[in-house]
Amino acid sequence: MIYLDYQATTPLAPEAREAMLPWLGGPGSIGFANPHSPHRPGRAAAAAVEVAREQVAALLPAGGRVVFTSGATEALNLALAGIGRRHLAVSAIEHAAVLDTAGALDPATTILPVDREGVIDPAVSLCEGTGLVAVMQVNNEIGTIQPVEQLAEAAHAAGALFLCDAVQGAGKIAPPANADLIAISAHKLYGPKGIGALWVRDGLELAPLIHGGGQEQGLRSGTLSPALCAGFGAAAALSMGRMEEDAAHVALLWERARAILGRWTLNGSTEMRWLGNLNLRLAGLDVTRLMSELRQVAFSAGSACASGSGRTSHVLKAIGLVDKDAKASIRLGFGRYTEVRELEDACAQIDAAAAAQGV
Amino acid sequence: MPTKPLYLDHAASTPLLPAARDAWLEGAAIWANPSSPHRQGRAARSALEDARAKIAEMLGWTGEVVFTSGASEAIALAIVRSKKPLCAVSPVEHEAVLRHAGAARRLPVDASGRVDLDSLGGDGLVAIQQVNSETGVIQPLDEVASRVRESGGVLLADCAQGAGKLPLPGADLIALAAHKFGGPIGIGALLVRDWAMLEPVGGQERGYRAGTENLPGVLAMVAALEAGSDWVGEALRLRNMLEAGIVDAGGEAIAADATRSPTIGGYRMPGKSSAAQLIRFDAMGIAVSAGSACSSGSLRTSHVLSAMGLDDKAASEVIRVSIGRETCEADVDRFLAAWREIAGKRAAA
Repeated sequence: MIYLDYQATTPLAPEAREAMLPWLGGPGSIGFANPHSPHRPGRAAAAAVEVAREQVAALLPAGGRVVFTSGATEALNLALAGIGRRHLAVSAIEHAAVLDTAGALDPATTILPVDREGVIDPAVSLCEGTGLVAVMQVNNEIGTIQPVEQLAEAAHAAGALFLCDAVQGAGKIAPPANADLIAISAHKLYGPKGIGALWVRDGLELAPLIHGGGQEQGLRSGTLSPALCAGFGAAAALSMGRMEEDAAHVALLWERARAILGRWTLNGSTEMRWLGNLNLRLAGLDVTRLMSELRQVAFSAGSACASGSGRTSHVLKAIGLVDKDAKASIRLGFGRYTEVRELEDACAQIDAAAAAQGV
Repeated sequence: MPTKPLYLDHAASTPLLPAARDAWLEGAAIWANPSSPHRQGRAARSALEDARAKIAEMLGWTGEVVFTSGASEAIALAIVRSKKPLCAVSPVEHEAVLRHAGAARRLPVDASGRVDLDSLGGDGLVAIQQVNSETGVIQPLDEVASRVRESGGVLLADCAQGAGKLPLPGADLIALAAHKFGGPIGIGALLVRDWAMLEPVGGQERGYRAGTENLPGVLAMVAALEAGSDWVGEALRLRNMLEAGIVDAGGEAIAADATRSPTIGGYRMPGKSSAAQLIRFDAMGIAVSAGSACSSGSLRTSHVLSAMGLDDKAASEVIRVSIGRETCEADVDRFLAAWREIAGKRAAA
């Protein structure tokens, strides 16, 4: 099995797994305590959480607070609902965690269009009275990198706050230094599932979604898992240390894959993109058939969450693809643990299977 | 002085069971996204759905199971998404309920903290816990449930302290957290009698909880439940021993006459603040707590003990001792020796 779905989730880094094990301790260890308990084992757990918080903070702009959540979906919900701003503006290619949440909070949410390359115009005009602008750093379906720092500037100029869903960019490229709120997820950067974080610029007030014991400075109640925090922290530290190496590796993978799939059309910009994402289309391709014929290659036809829904991708629609072109598109995602040879092999299989369909 | 740590704070969090750890590691190996359509994604999905069915079966639950990050999130989900607004809560609930309770009616409780059944009524959502996290007192939830249903209401039971140890009560919505019964921190569930009780939010979990599922956590939670609750009988014997020793040394057991969980007890050492006791116990390597972990160290008077009618001074002298699966008689002896030393009592001859 060749796994080419790195935007859906990434393998857990061995280093992250290792960092978690002491905190998955059983009876006889102290690696299980509640980090909010004031006794000795509790304090040890709390210390591990704070070390992890520092490691995660290194992925984010200087200053600010890192609030641990159960994942990016919760972080985005906390940001959008907790900040209490009216009049939202979000890009047309946001993940459902932003689009649906914004729509529920403000049915009149402004949808900011993208061009045919899948990039938002940084000179986009914002309606007067816009309270918050949300634009993702790297699109999860087509990999395009958005001019988020310029958009944050534009938001600020209009008196709005700027929220960035950095799930696909964190640990891979630098964070938008001037964002006000940034959501990230551990399992997209080789950490464990079940944990994410919301970064909040200093001085911003936020209302919690989950009330209770008052953890995370009252912003997010619920017992924190030292194991998940430690795994997230280790994954973050590893990504920081390997950022150039990881980027060079995906660039190499990208080149090889592009060479083999040269007759396929790329969806989204060639230049403004994370090279670990290759979203391609081939006129007339039956994607369902392709997927069922290539059981040894794991790839997708859009985001994992929307997969299987049968809906046309809102991202591909937003870049101007007609339905039949959108439905003839596949997403290949690769990263740190993808080997050149297995990727070449998978791409050759994909191309051959498509050719066998007569396309 | 013994240096080996003695952990008697299992109500805050209890050690991860070795079987749960193994299951977690197996889950970490099935790391694909359960929402992905490819084979690996489908394998993760099928493991997740098997786990969901197993949990329902082990808990004897015939309704739906929504996985969450823990009990706090499950409670928030239930209250925020309930079609019926929250109309009443017991005043001895965990903060996870109370902080969402706004102006909901606080039901009267007796000196043990049990709700007055005759005070129930109304057709809204009522939130009452199964087991109190500070005193172990068990609420008469089966009677509560029938009263709530008679008046057209819906019952939410915070079962964080009871699930995996005691049979579940007959509530409509039940919140639980794996790390209270030997599973990992960071995973829990909301049990839902009928989807019609909640407004969906979209996304995963049939549209009732968005976010990539924590499959390793789910599998570890199943393994922890599979380990069973046979040990609770022994816990009762140890708790009774502990309590007799405390009373013998001039201490008081809180709500001693009420039906309580065998695993949690509140104990007062007259004349010694809980803060002072905790420092001494901690120095002796013994982990206990004052109230819940979340409020420990805050030095606020426990809202639970206040609601039961304890005055501030008495309430400030109460600590919580909670027993786990591996607690043994020698642990009780060691705790009692420490208690006597802190209370300034000589050991019984």
